[in-house]
Amino acid sequence: MSLFFIVALPFVGALLPGLMNSAGRQACAGVTFTVTLAALIGLLSNLPAVIAGETVTTGIDWLPLLGLNFNLMLDGLGFFFACLILGIGLLIIAYARFYLAREDNMGEFFTYLLLFQGAMVGIVLSDNILLLLIFWELTSLSSFLLIGYWKHLPEGRQGARMALAVTGMGGLAMIGGMLILGQIVGSYDLSVILQNREMIQASPLYLPALILILLGCFTKSAQFPFHFWLPHAMAAPTPVSAYLHSATMVKAGIFLMARMWPVLSGTTEWFVIVTSAGLITMVLGAVIALFKHDLKALLAFSTVSHLGLITMLLGTGTAFGAMAAVFHILNHATFKAALFMSAGIIDHEAHTRDIRRLGGLRKLMPVTFVIATLAALSMAGIPLLNGFLSKEMMLEEAYHTVLFENHWLVPALATFGSLFSAAYCFRLIGHVFLGPVRDDYPAKPHDPPFGLWGPPAFLVSLVVLIGVAPFLAEPFVKLVTASVLGEAAEVPKNYIKIWHGLVPALYMSIIAVVGGLLVLAIFRPLLRAWDAAPRPEAKTIFEALIAAVVALAQKIIQPLHDGAFTRYAGIMAITVVAAGYHAFATGTIGEATRTMQPITPIAAAGWSMLVAATLALVFMHRNRFFALILIGIVGLMVSVAFVYFSAPDLALTQFTVEVVTIILLLLALNFLPNRTPIESSSLRRVRDGAIGIAAGVATMALSYYYLLRDTVSPSISEFHLANSYKGGGGTNVVNVILVDFRGFDTYGEIIVLGIAALLIYALTETLLSGPVRARLLNRKPDQPRAGDMHPTMMVVLTRVMMPVVLMVGFYIFLRGHNEPGGGFIAGLIVSIAVVMQYMASGFSWASARLRYPYHGVIGAGVLIAGLTGIGSWFVSKPFLTSDFTYVRIPPFYKFELATAALFDLGVFLAVVGAVMLSLESFSRLARRAHVPESEHPMDIDPSREEREAV
Amino acid sequence: MELLVASAIGLLTAAGIYLVLRLRTFPVILGISLLTYAVNVFLFASGRLTIGAPPILTDATNYTDPLPQALVLTAIVISFGMTAVVVMIALGAYLGADDDHVDDRSETEDAS
Repeated sequence: MSLFFIVALPFVGALLPGLMNSAGRQACAGVTFTVTLAALIGLLSNLPAVIAGETVTTGIDWLPLLGLNFNLMLDGLGFFFACLILGIGLLIIAYARFYLAREDNMGEFFTYLLLFQGAMVGIVLSDNILLLLIFWELTSLSSFLLIGYWKHLPEGRQGARMALAVTGMGGLAMIGGMLILGQIVGSYDLSVILQNREMIQASPLYLPALILILLGCFTKSAQFPFHFWLPHAMAAPTPVSAYLHSATMVKAGIFLMARMWPVLSGTTEWFVIVTSAGLITMVLGAVIALFKHDLKALLAFSTVSHLGLITMLLGTGTAFGAMAAVFHILNHATFKAALFMSAGIIDHEAHTRDIRRLGGLRKLMPVTFVIATLAALSMAGIPLLNGFLSKEMMLEEAYHTVLFENHWLVPALATFGSLFSAAYCFRLIGHVFLGPVRDDYPAKPHDPPFGLWGPPAFLVSLVVLIGVAPFLAEPFVKLVTASVLGEAAEVPKNYIKIWHGLVPALYMSIIAVVGGLLVLAIFRPLLRAWDAAPRPEAKTIFEALIAAVVALAQKIIQPLHDGAFTRYAGIMAITVVAAGYHAFATGTIGEATRTMQPITPIAAAGWSMLVAATLALVFMHRNRFFALILIGIVGLMVSVAFVYFSAPDLALTQFTVEVVTIILLLLALNFLPNRTPIESSSLRRVRDGAIGIAAGVATMALSYYYLLRDTVSPSISEFHLANSYKGGGGTNVVNVILVDFRGFDTYGEIIVLGIAALLIYALTETLLSGPVRARLLNRKPDQPRAGDMHPTMMVVLTRVMMPVVLMVGFYIFLRGHNEPGGGFIAGLIVSIAVVMQYMASGFSWASARLRYPYHGVIGAGVLIAGLTGIGSWFVSKPFLTSDFTYVRIPPFYKFELATAALFDLGVFLAVVGAVMLSLESFSRLARRAHVPESEHPMDIDPSREEREAV
Repeated sequence: MELLVASAIGLLTAAGIYLVLRLRTFPVILGISLLTYAVNVFLFASGRLTIGAPPILTDATNYTDPLPQALVLTAIVISFGMTAVVVMIALGAYLGADDDHVDDRSETEDAS
């Protein structure tokens, strides 16, 4: 199966559990299981190629200019991890089916799980580090959802937040590291990066890249000092803990270290950082784990400790260390997932995970006892179980590792860590299962149904199988090791076997096991000492840190962001002007390449009117009706300027938009106060005036300099002029650009316009359904109303004009392709014609004659435009490719038929719908309670008659 | 001629900014409208000023730049939609709270 499908299957499949939720728990889990199984089978179908040592690759260019390509590759290492992710995923799904309670939303759970699974598979199969980063962040997000799955538990939410904060920060650091790495090599493809060990290690940027990438790995894999999030993430449901925190997510950091091993390892920096972090984590985790009473907390810290062990092995930089690491990843995944599931079973059956309340479960839960004991003994490093083999290899490697020029440091610490590791394993067995049966369990424990113990039992059978017959696992481990090492080193010849003779590792192992038993024997005094000893609480520190960051952010933001919008606007204007001035003062300005055109009297007259109207607007804006007239003059002058400077289309558009805008503002003024009171001090007005003048001078200078210079690079307009008729079939270049060259932009714009209109409609609806409604209905108009609300003259005139205006609109629409006009302008003209009817004959009269709702008109417009675009797919052309032809039907002249006209029809309808819906919404607010709704066009205001009668 | 257009853009911007800095919604809306004119004319002027050469293909050889015109045309229509939404929001706020101040005065001490 193609690698694409393996990665895509979980993501696509993530849609299914939610859909199957209502079909029952069985169906929901079944479909999740099937999806995962299909991906696993797909993965296994690539096994022959992987065994043959090939690297299966596939890829498509996504954003090649950024170096971001959807390239996937599958080698031994990727196969190994993908197998773990999907294989253990299968067991987890089966387990979760029985674990989750009836009130848990199973569809939601499995959706998150599949998202997570897909992201993990994506990480291990990525051949592009940018792609890998995307999947990396996806695992952080989806694990956040999974850890916080029990939303009602505050610990769950806190744990999820902490995990996201820590791994998210690490992810950010890693993005930096990966980008540096890509810059050094000149490619973001992993396969290329892995070939360039010398170049990377010789680069001066090697150390920053290494530190940033390791930050990402350490946070994800819970290495000291970032280990604290993992135990808090244990608030998650047990299947999540078993999946994320034993086999998958926390191994992502390990995976990346293994993946980057050929190019990053082998240097002193790598050795010191990685080995010491791993060593500290291993010892620290093991010691803390011993004293934890919560079963899952114990397992969490033991996971931290084992991750430290693997990190340390990768840190040594030797081929043998890498092989031991690979082997231990495999072994740890098997026994730790089994242990987590056992802990879940105990929690499920005994209703507590507190070790102090347990004990004697051996007789009550024999099956669970066998499973958990075998897994725990393997973790402790008892021979004939797989944990023993990799622990021996670890001790062997530690024996040969010299850190800080001290031959004793690493072996001693490794033995010490193993000793505590053995001790907590023995404590787990001894304090939970052995001992006398108690009579104060919160619930009567008994063995669960097969669905719960089957998956861990399968894992434990692997534990025993590998432990007894290590030669079965050896070829696979060596295959994976080979792909970890790449060309950097040879796979070691050493056999993985139970008996190596009387080597130092065996003595260290014996010390660890015997010491572990001794520690357990003196556990009670040790625990007292531990409880008495002061130690930093990671959660408190973390929360204090977060609180400090929040306080700092608030300190900065509060004074700036105090709800005074005028202040924001002022600050923004000043900033933009200052930045512009800086650019102007420091940059170079080319010579003027154009000469100024002479000022004509007409232009001077228009300019004077614009200036007069604008100044009057500034000084007299408090009279709002007058201000509307003034702004109308400004708009008119702008339209005239467009005509004058060869832009007839713009002039038509500006002019018609001006009309509807003024109507809109008039409708709004109906409800707003008619005057703006004087509120600001004269000082403040001078200040605002100064800001305005500064901005005005800046834009004027910019425009002036700009207008007298040609563009630096040639404009693409020549292309449009040259191809408008040849390619688009129209002589109005502006219209052809709108409906053809840049049709997709226009398509987006009519959608935006439609959304704006719908937003206005929605806001109106909200207003009319709230407390505002009563106030509107009982509103007293602030000015006397006209006696004849619908003057006869106006009614007659608008009705006579209606067909004429419609015809003009139609004409403007049709000629748009070749002459000034088109869908936008025609739409505005037709809207004005309809608005006139509303104004003359009244809202109710016009609404009653409305045959199609305006929402529908907008929708039809967008749909027609979209379908026109899709139509070009049927002739295998890209979206919105236009076509045109000339036909001649006697007795007419030859005329043109263009698909662009159909698109323009969509634009037309969308504009009509949007404009009308906006204006209609405003008008609906004006309805009042005491004025009867009349459908009669030429009535008089009855309230006036009543007043006269009184 | 260039000076006239540049000064008109500057004046529209100055007046627009001044009105945007007022305390009530209506003048702010007027200010935004003025700024819209300024921006549209500025964008249009980026095609440089040409008199008597509209981009309608004929036998002539010299045309003005059609591209800024197409951009500004949609900008004009969109600005109508934007103005309408802003006016609606301002109206809703006024009708709901009987107050057409722009600033959230409950949070600012400086209400002068």
